[in-house]
Amino acid sequence: MSILRSLTQLFVVCCLSLPLLAHAQDTREEGPALLQALAEASSADKGDVISRIAKSGDERARDWLAAFADGKLSRIEDSGQFVIVLENRGRNWTVADALTGEPMGEVSRRELDTIRINNALRRELDSILSVIDLTVNNAERRLEAARALRGRVDAALSKRLAELLPDESDDRVRTVLQDALAIYRLEQGDITAVAPLSGSLNSEVRAALTSAARSDDPKLVAAANDALASIEQKLKFNRAAETLYFGLSLGSVLVLAAIGLAITFGVMGVINMAHGELIMLGAYTTWGMQQLLPGQPGLALVLSIPAGFLVSALAGVAIERSVIQFLKGRPLETLLATFGVSLILQQLVRTVISPLNRTVITPEWMSGSVMINEALSLTLNRLYVLGFALVVFAGLMLIMRKTRLGLEVRAVTQNRAMARSMGIKATRVDIMTFALGSGVAGLAGVALSQLTNVGPNLGQNYIIDSFMVVVFGGVGSLWGTLVAGLSLGTINQLLEPWAGAVLAKIVVLVFIILFIQKRPRGLFPQKGRAAEG
Amino acid sequence: MTLKKHVKAGLSALALSIAVSLAPTATAAEDPIKVGILHSLSGTMAISESTLKDTMLMLIEKQNAAGGIEGRMLEPVVVDPASNWPLFAEKARELLAKEKVDVIFGNWTSVSRKSVLPVIEELNGLLFYPVQYEGEESSENVFYTGAAPNQQAIPAVDYLMNDIGVKRWVLAGTDYVYPRTTNKILETYLKDHGVAAADIMINYTPFGHSNWQSIVSDIKTFGSQGKKTAVVSTINGDANVPFYRELANQGLAASDIPVVAFSVGEQELSGIDTAPLVGHLAAWNYFMSVDNDANYDFIDAWVAYTGKDDAVTNDPMEAHYIGFNMYVEAVKKAGTTEVNAVKDAIIGVSVPNLTGGYATMMPNHHITKPVLIGEIQDNGQFTTVWQTPSTVAGDAWSDFLPGSKDLISDWRKPLFCGNYNVVEGTCGGKSKVAAN
Repeated sequence: MSILRSLTQLFVVCCLSLPLLAHAQDTREEGPALLQALAEASSADKGDVISRIAKSGDERARDWLAAFADGKLSRIEDSGQFVIVLENRGRNWTVADALTGEPMGEVSRRELDTIRINNALRRELDSILSVIDLTVNNAERRLEAARALRGRVDAALSKRLAELLPDESDDRVRTVLQDALAIYRLEQGDITAVAPLSGSLNSEVRAALTSAARSDDPKLVAAANDALASIEQKLKFNRAAETLYFGLSLGSVLVLAAIGLAITFGVMGVINMAHGELIMLGAYTTWGMQQLLPGQPGLALVLSIPAGFLVSALAGVAIERSVIQFLKGRPLETLLATFGVSLILQQLVRTVISPLNRTVITPEWMSGSVMINEALSLTLNRLYVLGFALVVFAGLMLIMRKTRLGLEVRAVTQNRAMARSMGIKATRVDIMTFALGSGVAGLAGVALSQLTNVGPNLGQNYIIDSFMVVVFGGVGSLWGTLVAGLSLGTINQLLEPWAGAVLAKIVVLVFIILFIQKRPRGLFPQKGRAAEG
Repeated sequence: MTLKKHVKAGLSALALSIAVSLAPTATAAEDPIKVGILHSLSGTMAISESTLKDTMLMLIEKQNAAGGIEGRMLEPVVVDPASNWPLFAEKARELLAKEKVDVIFGNWTSVSRKSVLPVIEELNGLLFYPVQYEGEESSENVFYTGAAPNQQAIPAVDYLMNDIGVKRWVLAGTDYVYPRTTNKILETYLKDHGVAAADIMINYTPFGHSNWQSIVSDIKTFGSQGKKTAVVSTINGDANVPFYRELANQGLAASDIPVVAFSVGEQELSGIDTAPLVGHLAAWNYFMSVDNDANYDFIDAWVAYTGKDDAVTNDPMEAHYIGFNMYVEAVKKAGTTEVNAVKDAIIGVSVPNLTGGYATMMPNHHITKPVLIGEIQDNGQFTTVWQTPSTVAGDAWSDFLPGSKDLISDWRKPLFCGNYNVVEGTCGGKSKVAAN
């Protein structure tokens, strides 16, 4: 009895485990063979091997394909062992065995043969990886995968998607998948596919409709054109909103760069040609902070805000004490001297740090964009800079209007002799004002490090624009700077699409020249006797 | 300063003793060969040019360690034209007239080359120019070791057209001579290949342009017309970083609209976070990632010379490597550093390049180069996706511009002309003919 039972048990176990074992053995054998085939196939045949890998059912297939897509699937020259590159900086790369996943430490680049990939293959791989991703549990990843598939569906894929569609639980993913299938049907000339697609703002949908409008079937052409016309209506509004956003964001950069100058030039009357280099110092502070806090670019960026202010403010004080105070009331000499200072600062950075641009990392929460709808998305880094510019402006207004320092600055500006006789230390006010203006330039540098290159020439690119904004807005008026910056940015972006970047800039300059002819004191002229004198 | 002089004196004494002992027959063995280096070390171009100065110093050091050229040591003369175009001409004059250098390696921008050209021709100097340029020039005194348009732009467009199936084209460039000429050539080339004018969008931006929002948005609209679209970028230097950043932020991936760039190399990529750029393309004649032992040796030497483990090499550096070795071979062949003799000797000289082949100096003073298309990887390097089957000889005068398609350049006697018109059978004479 007991023998019989154990025999039966054995039999059952064998029966159950045999197919499993066989399956496991299959993939063990096939893995290396497939990778071998991938490594040796010509570019044209690689696509075939990729689909074989995807179909092999091996649980490591996704890792292999993802590594291959990133160009990180390699073979060691001597042993022929397949590895996945984990870290590919420098001359020695950290790798792990592709078959077992065991880390293997560092291998010299000379020893590794990377398996070649190109854009065409990567597109194919993207689709395959997306299809694999459509079956994962995470809805966000499924949504991303479905979006990636839109416009790339072929006959085989359309069947697979149709199978997956009924099981899909997430509504957003369903909609995207339905769109993807409709685009495929439209590409096949199916006129019923037009109706579900009309009204979508997605660019793949539009591309599919545009090509349908060029087809031979007159009914299809008419339907597609109707759908396109209704989409175009919606797009017009979105485009206008987009241009406005572009303009405001360019304007906010101008405001940030110019507002420090509005204080030193506008309020104190000092023509500081080194203003751009104070911006540059702020940007380099951000870089320095990121070097001090490796791996935490976000925290470093936040800490750079006070640090950048301090560094530039101190540099500003140094410039004021060593150069500007001796040239009071001599604008031409101040201009020349500060121009010299700006060249010295630039070359100092070149010699001490490097003539090459420095990498400032954009933190995760500042990259990408917020999607308002399919046709309108606002880039995040510029959105932050826009907000930052407004905060800085509000802060400056508070200081000028509500603090003792602001009161003293305004008093000294209006009538220096009178202010001094009332017991205000004019020299101290000069230093503080210059430090404030320079510090704000440093803040601009911190913001600009997220938008443009951090290099020795950073400041040069902004100095002319800054003066332009201050003069246009009205010397001495912070409100003027804000309005001038934002409106110049918007005008520039309105002109750019049809005039081109070069001509747009010229047109803006001509406009300012004409404007200054009519209103020499800018948009918001200073009032009162001090301004007249 | 005096220490430096002592060292210099010591070195030349050493050179002299070695030279005398090794080559007692050499006539002028006591003089070192003076190599002028004309690259900006300050100003806007310092970012690109200062590494080329270091490359030259490294090559000279290596050559001297190996005994110089036929026993004569090489002496570098470094000047700083400070990214100032007229100053380039002054410094070139200083190098030739005052320092009496035997050869000059230098320049980056086309405008700086145009600025030194009259000086080099007037004083009969030798200039090796290492950067890709727009062509349409041939001087008997200049050797162009960088790519002409047919060695970079045209093959890249061929690749996009045939391998990727691109039907719509954005030609985006910085507003100066190189992009304008290159785009003119490309426009003609594309139209010759049946691309309609409506499928080509041309856009120019000022130097250092940083606000790419509306242009990228335009490209996005242009690319959403149901035909495969690509951007051919001749955007220069710094302006690339915000351009790529904006592309990534607006969600334009390389698989949707690939950008192929002619001015973005390893060095430019070392200044940015490359993650969003993965898959975009560049066309060059050399990549640091090329799997070749000569290349690995060069990289090791460069890392050792700079002392920085993360130092990168790039295409113009390879051009100087080739140019320098060609000069060395030509001097050996001519047996003298006399300019006219070297000029004659260098035509036909072949030296190994860093990608596993040979570069030959052609009669039109351009060299043969392989063309490589590479995709940007997340480590700031390129992986080669396509390569011309053999090397391509540089063409001084483009076949796709109406004014220059009949012109050829041949600096061998008896033709000895930089712009010979094959239809009319005359030498245009625009370029200066030898003074002697």
